[in-house]
Amino acid sequence: MRRTQGAAYLFLSPWIIGATLLTVGPMLASLYLSLTDYDLFDPPKWLGLDNYRVMFTEDDRFWAAVGTTARYVLFSVPLKLVLALAVALLLNRPRRGSGLYRSAFYAPSLLGASVSLALVWRAMFASGGTVDRVLAAVGITTGGWVDQPQYALLALVALAAWQFGAPMVIFLAGLKQIPRELYEAAAIDGAGPLRRLVSVTLPMLSPVILFNLVLETIHAFQAFTGAFVVSSGRGGPSDSTLLYTLYLYQRGFTDFRMGYASAMAWVLLVVVAGVTLLLFRGARGLVFYAGEDR
Amino acid sequence: MTRRLVWHVFVVLVLVVLLYPVIWLVSTSFKPAQEVLSGLALLPKAPTGDNYAQVFAGVGGFSVWHYLGNSLLVSAGAVLGNVISCSLAAYAFARLHFRGRGPMFGFMMGTIMLPQHVVLIPQYIIFQKLGMVDTFWPLVLPKFLATDAFFVFLMVQFIRGLPRELDEAATLDGCGPVGTFRHVVLPLLRPALVTTAIFTFIWTWNDFFSQIIYLNDPSRFTLPLALQIFVDQSTQSAYGPMFAMSVLALVPIGLFFLAFQRLLVEGAATSGLKG
Repeated sequence: MRRTQGAAYLFLSPWIIGATLLTVGPMLASLYLSLTDYDLFDPPKWLGLDNYRVMFTEDDRFWAAVGTTARYVLFSVPLKLVLALAVALLLNRPRRGSGLYRSAFYAPSLLGASVSLALVWRAMFASGGTVDRVLAAVGITTGGWVDQPQYALLALVALAAWQFGAPMVIFLAGLKQIPRELYEAAAIDGAGPLRRLVSVTLPMLSPVILFNLVLETIHAFQAFTGAFVVSSGRGGPSDSTLLYTLYLYQRGFTDFRMGYASAMAWVLLVVVAGVTLLLFRGARGLVFYAGEDR
Repeated sequence: MTRRLVWHVFVVLVLVVLLYPVIWLVSTSFKPAQEVLSGLALLPKAPTGDNYAQVFAGVGGFSVWHYLGNSLLVSAGAVLGNVISCSLAAYAFARLHFRGRGPMFGFMMGTIMLPQHVVLIPQYIIFQKLGMVDTFWPLVLPKFLATDAFFVFLMVQFIRGLPRELDEAATLDGCGPVGTFRHVVLPLLRPALVTTAIFTFIWTWNDFFSQIIYLNDPSRFTLPLALQIFVDQSTQSAYGPMFAMSVLALVPIGLFFLAFQRLLVEGAATSGLKG
C-alpha cells in the first residue's frame, strides 16, 4: 500500500503540477484580476466590483455580445441537433455502405473548426458569392450574408449546423441500443412510423438527446474561430458577429484590459454552469432512463 | 429493391449538398485568378497549379512549408504530451490507491467542461513572465501536464475495462506499479492512445484561439494564423492562393480521416468526442 501510494503520486505528478499551476492557481488569479484594472505592464489596481458594474450597466458592446451569443446558441444548437437526429434516423438501417455514409457525414465535424472552412464560408456567403447568387436566381436578394448585419450571424449558424456529424454519430450509437422488441410490440399495436418515432424512439433516446444538448450548448457558448475569420476579428458588421469570446479576446488581447477580460471570463463560467444546470433540471421528467418506471 | 435504391440515391444527394463547400474549395484552388471571382461553375474551365506554386514560393515572407512545419511541430508536441501525461494520470486514477483519490478524480472530471477563458489570462501572464510568448511552449507545455482532462477520463474508462487479473499476475511476478504499467497496461492501452493521439493532432492542427493569443511573430505562425493574416492583408485577387493554402491546411486531416475513419467515428460515438 505504501509503495503504491508513492508510485501513485509519481504517476500523477504531471497532472498535479498542471492542475495546481495551470488550473486552480489561474482560476483564483483571474477571479482576483477581475476585481482590478490590469494592463499586463503596470501592477493591478484594485477596483472592487467596478468591472462588473461597468460591464452590466455601461458597456453597450458587452450587451451586444451577449445578445449575439444568445441568438447564436438558440439558433445553432437546436438546428444542429435536429439535423443530427434526422440524418441518424435516415442512416439507422442495416444497408450496405451505411458505415461509409456515417463516416462521410461525420467528416464536416473534423473540418468545420478550421480556419480553412471559415474562409470558405466567408467567400461563399459574401456578396456575389455562391449563396448570394443561388438565392438571387430564385428571386431572393440579400446582398451577401456576411456583409449584412441582419444575416451575418446566420452564416455562422449555418457553419455550426454544418458540423452536425458529431452529435449524429452519438445519436446513431443511441439508436442501436433501443431493443427491437419495442418496435415490434408497437407495430402489433398498430402504431405507424410517426407514432413509433414519438412513442418509442424519442423517449428511449431522450438521455442521449440531453447529453448532446448539454455538450453542444456548452461548446456553442465558446465558439470563436468562425466569427473571428468571417469578420477579420472585428465582430462586424455592427457587432452582428461579435460572439462573447471574441469580445473577451478584444478586451484582453487588443485593448489589454486584462482585468475586464477576466471578469468577462467569470461571467461566462457562471452563465455556462447555470445554463447546464437549467438544462438538467428542465429535463427532469422529460428524460426517460431505461429500467425506471414511468 | 427500388426502395433501397431510392434510399441510396437520397443519401448520396444529401451528402453532395453537405460536402459541396469542400468540393467547391478544392475546385476553386485550381482556378486561375479571374475565374475565382467571376465563375459560378464548379469545375475550373482552365485548371491551373499557379495558386499552389505561389504559396510554395512564399506568403507573407515565408513559404507555406514554413507554416506547415510550425503547425506540425506544435501538433506533434501536443500529441506526445497528451499521450504521455494523460496515460500516466489515468493509470493512477484507475488502478492505484492513494489518499485524496476521490476528490482529485472529481476535480479532474470537473475541469473537462471548464471554459478555458477562465484560466486564459493568468496562464498568459505566466508564459509572458517566463518569456515564452512567441514560442511554441505555451501551446505544448500544458499538454505534458495532463491539462486535457478529457483524455485522462477516456483512458481511465479504458483501463477500468481491462481485467484486473492481469495486474495481479504481474504483481505476483514481482512487478511494482511501474512495471505493471509498462509491461501490462501500456501495451493494452494502445487503442485509447491512438484515439487520443489522433484527436489531439486534429484539434491542435485546427486550433486558432490559443495560437492567435500566443504567436505574434510571422516566423512563428502556424498555418491557421498565416491563412487568417494573409486573407486580411490581401485583395480579392489573391483569393486563389488563399484557397490553395486552405486546401493544404486540410490535407493532414483528410489523410488521418481516410486512414482512421472507423476509429475516429467510433471514438466520437462512444465518448462524445467533438470534431
